Amino acid sequence: MTKEVDGQGEENLSIEEQKKKAAAEAKAKALELAKQRKAEKEAQEKTEAPAEEPLSVEDQKKKAAAEAKAKALELAKQRKAEKDAQEKAETPAEEPLSVEDQKKKAAAEAKAKALELAKQRRAEKEAQEKAEAPAEEPLSVEDQKKKAAAEAKAKALELAKQRKAEKEQAEAGVTSSISTEDEDKEKALALAKAKAAAAAKAKAAAAAKAKMAREAGQTDSEPADETEASNDEKALAAAKAKAAAAAKAKAAAAAKAKAMREAGDGGDAAADEKAKAIAAAKAKAAAAAKARASRDAGGEPASDDEKAKAIAAAKAKAAAAAKARAAGGTAKAEAEPAETKPSPYQPMLDQYVALIREQLGADVLEDAYINKLSKDVPTLVAKSDTYYIIAELLKTHDDLHFEYLSESHGTDFKTHFEVYNYLYSYKNRRPVVLKAKVDREKPEVASLAPLWEGANWPERETYDLLGITFTNHPNMTRIMLPDDWVGHPLRKDYEPFDVEV
Amino acid sequence: MIRTEEMLLNVGPQHPSTHGVFRIVLKIDGETIIEAKPVIGYLHRGTEKLAEDLQYTQIIPYTDRMDYLAAMTNNYVICHAVETMMNLEIPERAEYLRVIVMELGRVASHLVWFGTYLLDIGAMSPFLYAFREREAIINMLNEISGARLTFNYMRVGGVKWDAPDGWIEKVRGFVPYMREQLAGYHDLVTGNEIFLNRVKGIGTYSAEEALNYSLSGANLRCTGVNWDLRKDEPYSIYNRFTFDVPVFSSGDAWARYQCRMAEIEESLKILEQAVEQIPSEGTVMAKVPKIIKPPAGEGFVRIESPRGEIGCYIASEGKKEPYRLKFRRPSFYNLQILPKLLVGENISNLITILGGIDIVLGEVDG
Amino acid sequence: MMNDLLHSQPGWYNAAVFFVMGAVLLLVVLGFVTYAILAERKVLGFIQLRPGPNRVGGKLGLLQTVADVFKLLIKEDTIPKLADKPLFILAPVLAFSPAFMVLAVMPFTEHVQFADLGVGLLYYVGISGISTIGILIGGWASNNKYSLLGGMRAAAQMISYEIPLVISVVGVILFAGSLNLTDIVEGQKNVAYIFLSPIGFFVFLIASIAELNRTPFDLPEAESELVAGYHVEYSGFRFAFFMLSEYVYLFAMASLTTVLFLGGWNPIPFLEFIPGAVWFALKFSIVVFFMIWIRGTLPRLRADQLMEFAWKVLLPLALLNIFLSAAVKELFLK
Repeated sequence: MTKEVDGQGEENLSIEEQKKKAAAEAKAKALELAKQRKAEKEAQEKTEAPAEEPLSVEDQKKKAAAEAKAKALELAKQRKAEKDAQEKAETPAEEPLSVEDQKKKAAAEAKAKALELAKQRRAEKEAQEKAEAPAEEPLSVEDQKKKAAAEAKAKALELAKQRKAEKEQAEAGVTSSISTEDEDKEKALALAKAKAAAAAKAKAAAAAKAKMAREAGQTDSEPADETEASNDEKALAAAKAKAAAAAKAKAAAAAKAKAMREAGDGGDAAADEKAKAIAAAKAKAAAAAKARASRDAGGEPASDDEKAKAIAAAKAKAAAAAKARAAGGTAKAEAEPAETKPSPYQPMLDQYVALIREQLGADVLEDAYINKLSKDVPTLVAKSDTYYIIAELLKTHDDLHFEYLSESHGTDFKTHFEVYNYLYSYKNRRPVVLKAKVDREKPEVASLAPLWEGANWPERETYDLLGITFTNHPNMTRIMLPDDWVGHPLRKDYEPFDVEV
Repeated sequence: MIRTEEMLLNVGPQHPSTHGVFRIVLKIDGETIIEAKPVIGYLHRGTEKLAEDLQYTQIIPYTDRMDYLAAMTNNYVICHAVETMMNLEIPERAEYLRVIVMELGRVASHLVWFGTYLLDIGAMSPFLYAFREREAIINMLNEISGARLTFNYMRVGGVKWDAPDGWIEKVRGFVPYMREQLAGYHDLVTGNEIFLNRVKGIGTYSAEEALNYSLSGANLRCTGVNWDLRKDEPYSIYNRFTFDVPVFSSGDAWARYQCRMAEIEESLKILEQAVEQIPSEGTVMAKVPKIIKPPAGEGFVRIESPRGEIGCYIASEGKKEPYRLKFRRPSFYNLQILPKLLVGENISNLITILGGIDIVLGEVDG
Repeated sequence: MMNDLLHSQPGWYNAAVFFVMGAVLLLVVLGFVTYAILAERKVLGFIQLRPGPNRVGGKLGLLQTVADVFKLLIKEDTIPKLADKPLFILAPVLAFSPAFMVLAVMPFTEHVQFADLGVGLLYYVGISGISTIGILIGGWASNNKYSLLGGMRAAAQMISYEIPLVISVVGVILFAGSLNLTDIVEGQKNVAYIFLSPIGFFVFLIASIAELNRTPFDLPEAESELVAGYHVEYSGFRFAFFMLSEYVYLFAMASLTTVLFLGGWNPIPFLEFIPGAVWFALKFSIVVFFMIWIRGTLPRLRADQLMEFAWKVLLPLALLNIFLSAAVKELFLK
């Protein structure tokens, strides 16, 4: 904990310093760039310097991380400074919150596109260099990787690297063990990626991009570190598997992504970020989003592990943004008509109704609708005298085949009772709700227990608490309350017979 | 010629192996059961009636008392029902916390089942081992919710409290610990010849019967039906995790045992992934109105509790209290098959079969 | 010493001596039972990761059982209204006295033995069978369905397991050439019979656990099935008698196992300087610990499996053991 706080303090300090500086010389963009490069180089040097004892390695790592963070922040500052310089110098921000503000502002004014792209390219190159530098011990490898992750804002580069590493791995045939920490991190990363992929719903675009990246990677023939290679390969494989899985559940994921986009202004932080990323993509400033993502990672006062996770998340976000952009309007175009579509279950309902009408006559159903409040379940309302034959058809007809009664209960709607049955077909994997209105004066309806044994007790419960008598039930007695209980408590007009009870 | 006569034997409501106040009236010939009549309702508290006069947030503590071994899933099902009706988006972190506490609850619930089941079968020690691990879970849930069993942790739109500092790390550390202990259970119990003889081929039913009797959870999966709502109708964020649904096909008490033990492992997998994926910060409560009023209409959702399919039906008039609230309580449905399974068995098997169904009386009686 | 008294002239003095000696043995046995219960609870606690009794009588709970027995003594003695009163009262006595009677023939060391009967082993087996009647009567007289089932289970189980129990020691009798327990111990001067007839020992051990109604053969009082089985209606001191008889039998059975298979008071070679009583106590404790250990580990069998195990597994094994023992004796010990 103290370590983290220390790190944060250090980072805040550098933020302040640099911010002041940036505010002062905001106009000198070129100078800033030069400085940045210097800072990066330093950070790199420090990371690469072989440590002699664990403690110093730790220190170095922290410093390097702080510097890397500072650098990432600088990008934000830079852009902010540009704007600020036009107005006036702003008081230096001291809390992560203000960093957030900066970020937002930065995103809003994603106009420095060209500059950003240039920077990005430069960062790519650097990250590549760093990754290629042979590590002398696992810890420094870790550092480098983290840094590289933080810096490698472009997903294209990431993919290229992975591809290259894969190739390397295949050639060298070297397997190296990795720590669980690595694995965890990668898992998180891969998952985040997969999530992003699903959310962006731009599979085709992603593939195209990946191919592009692969080509780019093939031109690159620098030898990479073995450890990292295997790690990256694994990450890629996992990401791929996850992506495949995600693609399978595409409909759901798409719906979720849509919902997220819609609820972007809600309290959900992640959704917020994603929405922001998408907004950025729309503004055709994916680079800005990426830079912001890296800043997110840099501005996170957290332990190494969490940082790594955050970086992964940020990267995924950036990738999502990029992909969303790449997918262009297609994703959007797909998403919008889906919203206007009534319900995915509508055809099912139509089929049920058609089947029932065909088999049992046109007027057996009182109503049939999609219950939007209940996950769009198709709902059939039977008349109390056709209730049993409809249930029988639902169970026995091959196209319906609702062999499972999930729930059965009744409700007192004052004007009438209603019996509610939630049926499910394991054969066809779909649900239906069968309801029937029951006359309140003569509360009698056919029992479903002869069809589904599972309706036995629930109907007894309904009888017990609501007083609906189910005819043909094998054992129509009270189940919850004592046999001598007077009245049916769930009726809206129930008065306790013995007020003391 | 020896004169024999049938005997009526009352098992429960006060009996060590009925796990509560369940009563079953047996007609026995010697020790062979000719007929079994379950009698329930001793723990009926009228939750559904009470709920009609309560606001939604006030109902949540009542759900804790239904399945008191896995109260988090009960908390969730009502929140999920209301959220579905109101079409609320839950903050990312809250979703992860919910999944973590629910899966912890599932592990704890299965541990209690494991311990008491072995106690029913006559082995005393596994009970105490299982409770040691359960205690670790209960302590974690206590830290996050402030209660050991009746958590009242979830709210419509999120969870009541964020996790305290270091809590996620504790869960992370618990997973390998639990795996180790689980291996110990398998060493001690799973290969035990006496245990195998007691559970193999006992209380067998087919998949068709299981579906016909509305069984769910491990009681259904033990017959080879691959059905887990977490996988097949994903709610919350379960579609983000990689896990398997353990399915066994023999349909006997042994399959149910294996199923539950494997489910503990799967839950650990989910926990492992969830603690990695959970956003390190963020709000845990969506922006919901002070007084929750779902739109008028009916909503029914079902989710996978440790005991099976738990559902929540809400009929709303758009007011702050539900017009009608109904829970689909898995233990209640699962118990229906018991009389059928008992015919022809002896009293020892009664305990094995009843224990294998895994009921919680608070849930059976509502 | 006791044997001299047994052959002396009857008279008030001798009768008094007998009485006092018997009372002393009873106290010793009860003292053992007190601490056997404590030991069982402590060992089980150790197995189950809990401290066991730790309040009454210091940190080790040394007086816990004393307090428990005292509580049982002052508890109300209830007899169900519809119970068969005379039998209900007789049952605990019938269950307890044989448990104590069998100790008379038990040679604890060369010198400490109350009655050196020529057919000591037969006496033990015969007398211990009476306990079954006590348990059956108790289950019947309680007029409770659970206790009836428990009593029936007990009768079936104890009679079934008596057979492999007796047959498994035939091998020992062959080796020793005597039914006298002292002779049997003397016969193990060189090598304990556990090595000569391991199958016999194995069968004997299992059958003895079943005879004692202990886990995994505790069906007659299966807590989770029959609540408490045959003594479900007993309370107070009558219940204490059932419980005491159970532990006295544990004492007797562990002693018998030590005598028959572990060489009684015979020392391990080169450690002869340790007195025989210590050796006996040591071997005896190992047997007792083993039984507690088993209780902490295994689940319970089902009634039909229990019967099947006795008749289809243990009995053939015991018979096989007779032939093997005979062969061993013929080939190696002639």
